[in-house]
Amino acid sequence: MMTKTKQNTLMWLALPIMALAPLLFPSHTTLMTYISVMIVLALTWDMLGGQTGYNSFGNIFFFGVGMYVCAVVQRDMFTSGLDRFERISEVVVSISASEYFISLATGALAGGVVALLLAVILGSGILGMRGHYFAICTLGLGHAGAEIASGIDYIGAGSGMVTPIYPSDAFIGKEFFYFYAFLLLALITFSIFRKIYKSQFGLALNAIRDNENKAESMGIYTTRYKVTAWSISAFFLAIAGAGVGNVIGFIDPVEIAFSGPTFGVWMIVMAILGGKGTLWGPVVGACILYLSKEAFWTYLLGWDKVALGFLIVVIVVYFPKGIFGWIEERKQFKNRVTAQKGSDK
Amino acid sequence: MNLLTVKSVGKSYGGVVANHDVSLTVPKGKIVGVIGPNGSGKTTLFNSIVGHHAIDSGEIHFNGQEISALTIPEIARLGMLRTFQQTHIYGKMSCVQNMQISSDIDARWRIIFSPFSKEIDERVDELLAFVGLYKKRFLLAGDLSFGQQKLLEFAMALMKKPKMLLLDEPTAGVNPTLINGLIDRLQQVNEEMGITLLVIEHNMRVIMNLAEHIYCVAGGTMLAEGKPVDIQNDQRVIDAYLGN
Repeated sequence: MMTKTKQNTLMWLALPIMALAPLLFPSHTTLMTYISVMIVLALTWDMLGGQTGYNSFGNIFFFGVGMYVCAVVQRDMFTSGLDRFERISEVVVSISASEYFISLATGALAGGVVALLLAVILGSGILGMRGHYFAICTLGLGHAGAEIASGIDYIGAGSGMVTPIYPSDAFIGKEFFYFYAFLLLALITFSIFRKIYKSQFGLALNAIRDNENKAESMGIYTTRYKVTAWSISAFFLAIAGAGVGNVIGFIDPVEIAFSGPTFGVWMIVMAILGGKGTLWGPVVGACILYLSKEAFWTYLLGWDKVALGFLIVVIVVYFPKGIFGWIEERKQFKNRVTAQKGSDK
Repeated sequence: MNLLTVKSVGKSYGGVVANHDVSLTVPKGKIVGVIGPNGSGKTTLFNSIVGHHAIDSGEIHFNGQEISALTIPEIARLGMLRTFQQTHIYGKMSCVQNMQISSDIDARWRIIFSPFSKEIDERVDELLAFVGLYKKRFLLAGDLSFGQQKLLEFAMALMKKPKMLLLDEPTAGVNPTLINGLIDRLQQVNEEMGITLLVIEHNMRVIMNLAEHIYCVAGGTMLAEGKPVDIQNDQRVIDAYLGN
């Protein structure tokens, strides 16, 4: 296993490469932006799904909430004088560069906070349920979100919303801006999650995964910790959603914001491919899945879904615990050997 | 002074009466045993005491406080912990991690997001050495043998510095040579750390050596109580075990 200093050196070496990537491959900037998005999606799903062992099929709900809240803030923050129904969908708001960035930052943060509060409220209600029951309960969340959003005129109802046009006089191009914004978000999410997994809180989450009854009987407030984990995930996921809405430029309640069959499923598949419950697993899983998805789509159009399905089957059969789960297992095997040779205290 | 007082507790599951009018007292610093045939309601009694389920009637006092309405984590934080008949450990975590998480986690937000302190790590090493698992401390707890898992679970309970431990069949499934070591450790814990023990046990040799006072439960009610010698010679107890 790599030592800590080695890992840090690797990370410091990787950073400038990641930062310079859009200059080296300008035509792939959007693709690389989405890799960062996927990393955030997989990481946030894994906190509850992997580390705590609570599979959620409804995390896409927070993604959509962040997207909508941000779009509303962007729309209304500097143009509140207009009649609100004139500003939805058809009428595209044009605002100055500084207004754009201020409203985007405020909107993303507001989206994160709203999602966090919703996670606390929803979580307190349904995270008392164990394992499968929780999973079933979350199945409808994304769908409910889409249905509700489709019914509210204030946010464009079924016809969706348009995010403000990226200012032409901004200091940096749209693609580059969002590439760096998402790279930063992915890095921040990763480092915060890494700190959390090393903390008492992180170990408590693992304890809940392994044996919730025991954790409870040892005085751990399990529901409170599960809700906290879900809220932290929801916060970062919503910020990612806020950004994705702006990258796409159009928010459809069913196809984009609360899109269970795409983002909603991908985040789960990526975390499982890379290794549930490991720090690096979701990161690697996100890269592998998204890159192969793009490659198959480019070179095997028509058969791309088949090829992707085949890849998933191969990984699940040969690495049932995901790529990093497999590495951890090897490490554990080594430990067992040393423990047999090792000396007693 | 009595650390734990159970007053005429009743618990039934639907029509099945698991406990009826069960009372017992555990004096501070003593080792008290609970025996009884299979299905007589011993584990139900333990579950009632630690707050696993609500009781139908009666009162439970721990350290002078009524606890029958509290939740499991709340009771655990008062200093009363239980171990299980089947081992309950965190299988996918190493022994050290199992021990760390069993220390008193501070519920304050600022602190739970920081790693475990050095004192806790030292205590982990100390207690793992005490139960003889130091060599295996980096193994996954799930890879240990059943007996070793029981030792680990026992050490995990000690991490919390409890006032009282409820042990549900600590020697079941443990190999005979390890049992003696386990009895020694239980006595050591009781004498040196001052932890009061309430032990369910089927192994008569163990419980007669260990406990100072024994309660016998049969058919959901308290059949007899007394010193080990008296219990051994009590005709009702013998009948409950062998049938009459």
